[in-house]
Amino acid sequence: MSNAALAIEPSSPVPLLELRGISKEFPGVKALDDVSFAVYPGEVHMLLGENGAGKSSLMKVLCGAYRADAGEFYYKGEAVAINSTADAQKLGIAVIFQEFSLVPYLDIAQNIFLGREPKGRIPGTIDRRRILADATRVLDTIGFDIDPSTIVDKLGVAQQQMVEIAKAISQNARILVMDEPTAALSDRETELLFALIARLKADGVSIVYISHRMAEVFALGDRITVLRDGRRIDGVRPTDVTPDQLVRMMVGRNVDMTYPRHFADKPGELLLEVKGLTAPTGISDINIEVRRGEIVGLCGLVGSGRSEVARAIFGADPVTSGEIIFDGKTISGEPDLAARRGIALIPESRKSEGLALLRSVSDNLVVSALRKLFPSGLFDQRSAQRTADSLIRQLRIATPSARQTVGLLSGGNQQKVVIGKWLAAGSKLFIFDEPTRGIDIGAKSEIFALIDRLVAEGAAALMISSEQVEICHVCDRAYVMREGRIAGHLTRSELTEENIVRLGMHHA
Amino acid sequence: MTDITKEAMVPPRSFLSQDAIQVFYRLLAALLICAVLAVLSDSFLSLGNILNVLRQASLTFFIASGLTLVVLTAGLDLSVGANVALSACIAGTVIHKTGSPALGILTGLACGGIVGLLNGIMVTALRIPSFIATYGMLWVLNGLTYWYMAGETLHGFPAGFRQIGSGYLFGLPIPVYLLLVFLGIGTLFAQRTIWGQEIYAIGANPVAARLSGIPVARRLLLVYAVSGTMAGLASIIFLSRLNSAEADIGESLTLPAIAAVLIGGTSLFGGVGTVFGTFIGALILTLVLNGMNLLSVSANWQPLVTGVIVILAVWLDMKTRRGTQ
Repeated sequence: MSNAALAIEPSSPVPLLELRGISKEFPGVKALDDVSFAVYPGEVHMLLGENGAGKSSLMKVLCGAYRADAGEFYYKGEAVAINSTADAQKLGIAVIFQEFSLVPYLDIAQNIFLGREPKGRIPGTIDRRRILADATRVLDTIGFDIDPSTIVDKLGVAQQQMVEIAKAISQNARILVMDEPTAALSDRETELLFALIARLKADGVSIVYISHRMAEVFALGDRITVLRDGRRIDGVRPTDVTPDQLVRMMVGRNVDMTYPRHFADKPGELLLEVKGLTAPTGISDINIEVRRGEIVGLCGLVGSGRSEVARAIFGADPVTSGEIIFDGKTISGEPDLAARRGIALIPESRKSEGLALLRSVSDNLVVSALRKLFPSGLFDQRSAQRTADSLIRQLRIATPSARQTVGLLSGGNQQKVVIGKWLAAGSKLFIFDEPTRGIDIGAKSEIFALIDRLVAEGAAALMISSEQVEICHVCDRAYVMREGRIAGHLTRSELTEENIVRLGMHHA
Repeated sequence: MTDITKEAMVPPRSFLSQDAIQVFYRLLAALLICAVLAVLSDSFLSLGNILNVLRQASLTFFIASGLTLVVLTAGLDLSVGANVALSACIAGTVIHKTGSPALGILTGLACGGIVGLLNGIMVTALRIPSFIATYGMLWVLNGLTYWYMAGETLHGFPAGFRQIGSGYLFGLPIPVYLLLVFLGIGTLFAQRTIWGQEIYAIGANPVAARLSGIPVARRLLLVYAVSGTMAGLASIIFLSRLNSAEADIGESLTLPAIAAVLIGGTSLFGGVGTVFGTFIGALILTLVLNGMNLLSVSANWQPLVTGVIVILAVWLDMKTRRGTQ
């Protein structure tokens, strides 16, 4: 199988950079096992694999952050060594991580030339005029029209990403490694990024692109390398494979990508009714109904106010006007009141908002159910552990024990812990904000099966997702948001990707 | 970013919890210090000296135990020493004016508690970082106390009242009994109540705690109020033991209490630590200072040694804790 890559005719006979037989071991785990990988000039090379497949490790070896235990590097056919980030930088390798490495309180120009500022005439000073001129020139080459003296903190995610790219280009990067660059971008921003990638390609810059989104892989990729369990599984051209085949390579088995869902014949009683909800966070006149047994989608572009609606219902943000009726009673107040009434929020950012990463799986699983599990107010560690053990079995959370630190679990298992804490609390309405973000395919399907079972047992779900396919396959119906308002409602039969996009798009 | 390690391959936590291991190390350290002092000084192992160490440690512990809860929520209470001074002066005045120690004790506790509650309100309702809120409170309390006392010293309290700080029961100083009681209550509260669990959760990640349905503001109010009340308790012990009160008595109390919390293994980042650890911390601090006195080392060296111990303890703590950063 591994010969397949060699069978493909590259755009140039000699790879710009080639890695041969790279291995990297950590105590107890082989992160990379004899991985070979070549980047040709001016290509977009997609790197695919589930969480833990070795993509990040490979990326870190590439940029010199990790030192490979074994293996060889060739730059334009000549053997080289990458033992440090400085080595990688000399070879023109730059990485755009998901967490940007910009200094928020400096301006764009200062960030681009950080540590390499042109010297002024007086020793120890910086030539401010030149730095601005140079920055403008770099920004021009990537087609980013912005004042270089803008403070980075004031920029959106997409713009900060552009600054990162500008910084890399200013360092003469010839190989740009991007880790899920569209994860936090809106559709329009994604288009701009794709246009920039095309432009960089035309200039001969190679791009190594890590993605979890199938559509991107086929839209952008010239070649695809699939990793699994630290090994290179195959190298293919997008024209030669189907998405299903790629998924099979990634997971190593046939995955049932059908979304497990048993649609109820008729929905149950009204559980949540939101009337004319307006909040200072930018949402206005929101009207939503959710019944028991239903999964209701909440879609729209990133930034259209979906998360703000979720947070307002949960009491996490203040509300200006409107009414939230839950289980027949008008409710208001802080999240602790909402939680006690039976509302659960599974937030978008599970690491920073959903979990105490340094605490144990058990601690995280019982945290919302303390009052329910220990009505006397007296806490018992062993009893908490038993509850956690039963949830671990029920949700099939892959952890060596309930005492494991939750931050060490994979994304999918962490997400199960966040859902599990609300199961323990006995919640009736589950609000999911991007429940499958950053989760591999196997775990996604398990999460959906779990949501299906919850609503089958009489709970209700309100689900925010940017993956329109998910909404279409899983939801009974959906609301589409646009600019802080509900732009429309789609019944099960109307629920198509086209309809979601049509309702969610801005009309200039 | 994806995880490098497969979760199944990370070894499970050992049989003993991290906290238990850390407390064990500290007990060893305390015993080691005892052994060294016993060899170096003949008088160290005398009953009188050991009781003296315990009694001194108790005062630091009362202040530091409440402070531990604050630090567990990733906060800090810099006003505890000043709170002790104000509470002692007010309690002393009440006893002088009414002749009732009971009323004085209640006033002292209430004064400490109210100051703590005010700290809590600043931190929760006004969202002022605890470091700044309680630092400001320190000055306010100092100001109030100096104004109220106007350079006077309160002196001479009823014999019954003085028993609290200097009396003995079955051969042990009464503050030592109080220490054991509050050590028990503090440990039970932190480890065995859902409020305690919620305090750990808040310290570990306040945003996640709020979104998990924990009433964060109410728990913080509680924690600062407890810290203040413990300062109130310390003021009573102080007053009863010294049989006098002045405006400046709090100035040497705050930093040792913080030192005890840190030596005891409670992280300033919140979510990690125990009340028992703080007790050992107070003990280690007192033992070292006691040893220096016995060995006739100049008192001028004491701050330096305290600083070195704090830095060493926190550094060792970071080295020996697995799974944390």
